[in-house]
Parts: sequence; C-alpha cells; structure tokens
Amino acid sequence: MADEDVVLLDFWPSPFGMRVRIALAEKEIKYEYKEEDLRNKSDLLLKMNPIHKKIPVLIHNGKPVCESLVHVQYIDEIWPHKSPLLPTDPYQRAIARFWGDFVDKKIYGLESRKVWSTKGEEQEAAKKEFIECLKLLEGELGNKAYFGGENLGYVDVVLVPFYSWFYAYEKCGNFSIETECPKLIAWAKRCMEKDSVSKSLPDQDKIYDYVLHLKKVFGIE
Amino acid sequence: MGEVKLVGTWVSPYTYRIKWALKLKGIAFDYIEEDLCNKSALLLQYNPIHKKVPVFFHGGKPICESMVIIEYIEEIWPHNPLLPTDPYERAMLRFWIKYAEDKGPSMWMVGEGQHKAEQNSLEMLKIIEEKALGDKKFFGGDNISMLDIVLGLGHWLGGEKLLEAHKLHRLHVWLKNFKQVPVIKEDLPDLDAMLAYLRRQREMSPATH
Repeated sequence: MADEDVVLLDFWPSPFGMRVRIALAEKEIKYEYKEEDLRNKSDLLLKMNPIHKKIPVLIHNGKPVCESLVHVQYIDEIWPHKSPLLPTDPYQRAIARFWGDFVDKKIYGLESRKVWSTKGEEQEAAKKEFIECLKLLEGELGNKAYFGGENLGYVDVVLVPFYSWFYAYEKCGNFSIETECPKLIAWAKRCMEKDSVSKSLPDQDKIYDYVLHLKKVFGIE
Repeated sequence: MGEVKLVGTWVSPYTYRIKWALKLKGIAFDYIEEDLCNKSALLLQYNPIHKKVPVFFHGGKPICESMVIIEYIEEIWPHNPLLPTDPYERAMLRFWIKYAEDKGPSMWMVGEGQHKAEQNSLEMLKIIEEKALGDKKFFGGDNISMLDIVLGLGHWLGGEKLLEAHKLHRLHVWLKNFKQVPVIKEDLPDLDAMLAYLRRQREMSPATH
C-alpha cells in the first residue's frame, strides 16, 4: 500500500474530523493533514465537497469521500487487516451501526448544542436530555473496556471525539459529567491512553476557548 | 437461518423501505402492523430507545433504524445487491443516502415554511439528478439500489408534477422506471395517507423517524 495517497481536509476542533484522524491512526495509515480556514475555504475543499462545502473530506488517491460515519466505514473496508473497527458478525455490526446513528442524532445533534448555547430552563432541559443519552450509552458499554469489546471499535471512534468537548459543556452548563456518568468518563480516559486517540483530540482547554469564541461570534452570553 | 419478522405501519415510508428491500431479495417474512396510537408491549420492549417502527427481527433478535436494518439485510442476503461491492462506490451511495435523509424531511413542511421547503427540495432534486443519477437508469445503475428505495419513497410523493414542471426529465424517467419494477408496482403505498402521516410526525418532533 506504499503508493496510497491520502489527504484529510479538516478543522482542528471538529469532532467529525477527529473521528477520521482516529480511524486512520488506528489503521496506521500515513496521510497529509490540511487545516482549513472555514471563513476562507480552500479551492480544494470547494472542489472536493461541492455539495456541502464542509470538512472533513478524505481524499483517497484523488477521490473524495464525505460524511464522517461514511468515512469510518470506508476506512474500515479499504484497510480491513489492521484494527478492524466494525465487528465481523452481521448482527453485532447492526448493533454498532445503531449506536453510531444514536450518537449522531442525540449527542452531536442540535438539541445537545443547547447545553452551551442557551440559558435558564432551555439549558436545564438540554442538560437533562444530554445526560440521559450519555447514560443510555453507559448502559450499552456495560462492563466492556470499549464499545468494541477488548479493542477500540466503530462506536468508540464515533463517540470519543466528543470527550474533548465535555469540559466546555461542563463549564457552560455548570455541571459535572463525571458525577452523572462515571463509567463513561472512565471509558473516555481509557481511550485517551491510546496514541491514536490522544494524538487526534485537541486539548479540552483549547476547545473551551473555541466555544467561548463561538458564543461571542453568535452573540450568546 | 431464522424467522424474519417486520413490525411496521402501512403509512410509514421507513417501513416500506424494509418491505421493498426484503421483497426485492425474495425473503419471506411475517409482517405485523403496529397501531401507533397504542404502541404494543412488543414495540416498547424491542425498541426502548426510540420507541418507533420499523423494528426488524431475525431469529428473534431485534434491529432498529431503517438504514441499519437495510445494511444488515444486505449482509445476510447479498444476492440481488442493493449496495455496490466497490468500497468507493459504496461510500458514494451512503453519502447520497445521508444527503437524501437530511434534506428530505423539509418536503413535509406545511404553512409558512412550505415555499422555502419547496425551493430547497427543488435544489436538492437538481443536485441529485445531476450528480447522483446522471444518465443511469437507476441510481444503482441497471438495477435498483438502496438509494433508489430511499428516494423512491421520499421525493415523489406528489412529486411527479414537480419533476415535470421543473424539467427534471431524467428524474421523471427514473420515477416511471422505478414504479414499473414488479416488486414496487405490486405494492405501492397510499401516498396521501403517507404524506399526512409524515406531516403529523414532523409537527410532533423534529426527528426524522
């Protein structure tokens, strides 16, 4: 696979980008990382993702792939021999896909953003729903080391980027995720012991600064 | 390999996706109609997270979320494939399915939002026609794919006139061909009822299904 050409167009705080970084690192794929300035999108980005004009875009041998859940499955299918992310059993794959879909809908969805972008009753309601969803994920994790079992799997890769945003959520929402969901935080810390994860996630303080910046830009107190 | 059961509702396009996928592959299954005003213990037990249809059972094991179900069906019964075998082509199809799912629900808006929703839908259809369909007979090429099924149920509800009026000729031809496929032709949904159901769902919550 020495002649593979892999480029990732990304933006450092994006949890969707982090998923792709982790997946590529797990598979030990060398790639070129290109940081995009979202206020001044590059010609390459506009050419490679003309529909959404969004990051991340994975360009493999000149051909673009967009949408992070699609990326993780694609990476797993192209490089199946190292660190398989989806299980081999079709039923277990369906369970993994279900939870990946759940994470996208409930954790990355518009409602969860309200935890940092609103105040008062609206924020309290968003916090409650957010914690409930994290608890459901804790239930699915059970006593396993990772969602993927003994090793990182699809759901781990899909969910763990969000850990870098937890501190920002806690500060803005004035609550402790670890108090509510200790098992999930233990899982996240376990994931962070892996280079593929720790080198792909930015510092939590930097994300908090970024969220404060977003609040200013959107005129949110 | 185990009994196949589908719990769904006749007005839901998400249920229809599964029915059509199973029929296209010639898989025999038991269908159980769910009364959504009075959700059964079965549904609440097997889909406690979302409490929604469709729920698919294979050998007693439940799977929820229509696209997750279809990917499973494709893996267990790979004949009459609904997904390409090439990983890049598959990634492209999954991209378009997500695009259709994200943009689709705006079609069900009523009232003030409707004009803008129609404009958005039109733009979406133009992009899909140009980039995803091109000159192919179906989105899957000569045969139906998952994307044909998703779009077949999403955007032609009342859309034929839209397609004609806005000169989306290739989509118009695609739709005619799609409705001629025997499995589809013999089990066309009641469009008015489906549209009413989707509008009610949208009013109740912003979630897609």
